[in-house]
Amino acid sequence: MALSIEDIKKVAHLARLEISDADASATLTKLSGILRLIEQMQAVDTTGIVPMSHSQDLSQRLRDDIVTKTNQREAFQKNAPVLGNGSTESAVAEGLYLVPKVIE
Amino acid sequence: MLQTKKISSVELTQTFLARIAQHNPSINAYIALDEAKSLAQAKAADALIAAGKASPLTGIPIAQKDIFCAKDWPTTCGSKMLANFVAPYDAHVITQFDAVGAVNLGKTNMDEFAMGSSNETSYFGGVKNPWDVERVPGGSSGGSAAAVAARLCAAATGTDTGGSIRQPASLCGFSGLKPTYGVVSRYGMIAFASSLDQAGPMAKSAEDCALMMNVMAGFDERDSTSLNREKEDYTRDLAKPLQGLRVGLPKEFFAEGLDASVGKVIDEAIAAYKKLGAEIVEISLPNTGLSIPVYYVLAPAEASSNLSRYDGVRYGHRTAEYTDLMDMYCKSRAEGFGAEVKRRILIGTYVLSAGYYDAYYLKAQQIRRLIAQDFVEAFKHCDVIMGPAAPSTAFKAGEKVDDPVAMYLQDIYTISTNLAGLPGMSVPAGFSNGLPVGLQIIGNYFDEARMLNVAHQYQQVTDWHLKMPQGIE
Repeated sequence: MALSIEDIKKVAHLARLEISDADASATLTKLSGILRLIEQMQAVDTTGIVPMSHSQDLSQRLRDDIVTKTNQREAFQKNAPVLGNGSTESAVAEGLYLVPKVIE
Repeated sequence: MLQTKKISSVELTQTFLARIAQHNPSINAYIALDEAKSLAQAKAADALIAAGKASPLTGIPIAQKDIFCAKDWPTTCGSKMLANFVAPYDAHVITQFDAVGAVNLGKTNMDEFAMGSSNETSYFGGVKNPWDVERVPGGSSGGSAAAVAARLCAAATGTDTGGSIRQPASLCGFSGLKPTYGVVSRYGMIAFASSLDQAGPMAKSAEDCALMMNVMAGFDERDSTSLNREKEDYTRDLAKPLQGLRVGLPKEFFAEGLDASVGKVIDEAIAAYKKLGAEIVEISLPNTGLSIPVYYVLAPAEASSNLSRYDGVRYGHRTAEYTDLMDMYCKSRAEGFGAEVKRRILIGTYVLSAGYYDAYYLKAQQIRRLIAQDFVEAFKHCDVIMGPAAPSTAFKAGEKVDDPVAMYLQDIYTISTNLAGLPGMSVPAGFSNGLPVGLQIIGNYFDEARMLNVAHQYQQVTDWHLKMPQGIE
């Protein structure tokens, strides 16, 4: 099935990727080529075949419900991005990460 | 040589660092170096050796693909998104090398988030193939590949999701092994497609790969897909004769699409195996051609999910100007990811989106089973499978960069083993027009020791793995 510019924009929004009109049209060409490649799958009869999600037939391991990690907040927050919008400070305060206000 | 004290680890590390200073500007294999850290590890290794506590890799300088988190080292995965990221912890693979006193020589360049077959998608610039600097080294482990080929390290680590160890090993002329899925822990290895990603060694010879495997492999409870198996000595079978070995040749690996001069080199390698006592068996892997379409559904689907963590909130790139949270996410991700990564996120998001899931994702998983079953059937008739690792020798930089589908076809012979979860190797088998050609050896599940034996015996009667590119002596 053929892709449209609107499809590209919709998928880009779902993927949280800003995309300009020019980029969307260039992307459309390349993605259509890739989808044509993928379409080769449709010629295969897969009736009754169990989907294979993983190469090893394993069940998930369980572990005891005990603390295994130590608190490394300070070390982790050293990698926080720069706040932006004019500020060159790190986007953290009092051990929390700073983001734009999400509730009024 | 280290243990007989002919040379110290510090001297060896200094030698490599000097070679890197001389050659890296033209090859761009390393994207992070830290002389002080490397030399401190070398000094500690020399103390271990003096105390008689050395193992084979103690004091050996190893290049680490920049996909592995190494504490206090920049860890970028070749992306602008992580350009300023300094890992706060060690990947399991790094811990394993540290534990035996190996030296981390530096972090190597790679395709962004391991998505590429030419190393041209790296934010830090392309890597040059030491055999011809106008050509690509392959990818995604292109920096590690160029470093091994140009002798800018003793050995290197790589990761292989669709061929990212074996295709560059073929294009750069050295030995590389992708183990059975689950043998090497993925803890601290930045995720691309989690059901396919597997780390492995890249080194001059099969014997070196075996020594690396002894360090890298093993159970790790921090990776939920790490397999709890008994520790193996991967060098145990190296010396075994190959008399009676059944080598399967899949006819699909020698069909249309294979460069004739590459095919000729592979035929000669097969002839050498016959001389070593191997028996050749014709086999078929009928669904080989479908491995690329299946992979380009499954890998992007898993990647689109894995890469959703890069949101500009806790680490990674955040855009300079934004209005609200949605705007911050969309701009940060649009700026932080390169074109190929964005393409794969879009494909993955599309095939997983409402209405298309069954037609693409489920269908791909069903065909994945057919591909895996092809191998099960084939291994009833042979012990190992051989063929080319890549359809051509190294191509010129820029040649395929605007045609993703042509680039994807580079991995036609390697992807099916990732889908099946099988181990695969590439070993140097000769040259075509002065460029290296790799022979691929595919083994059954957990058959790494046998594959290393098969490769090692070939390397006892050939010297392709000892050839070095000119101009970098």
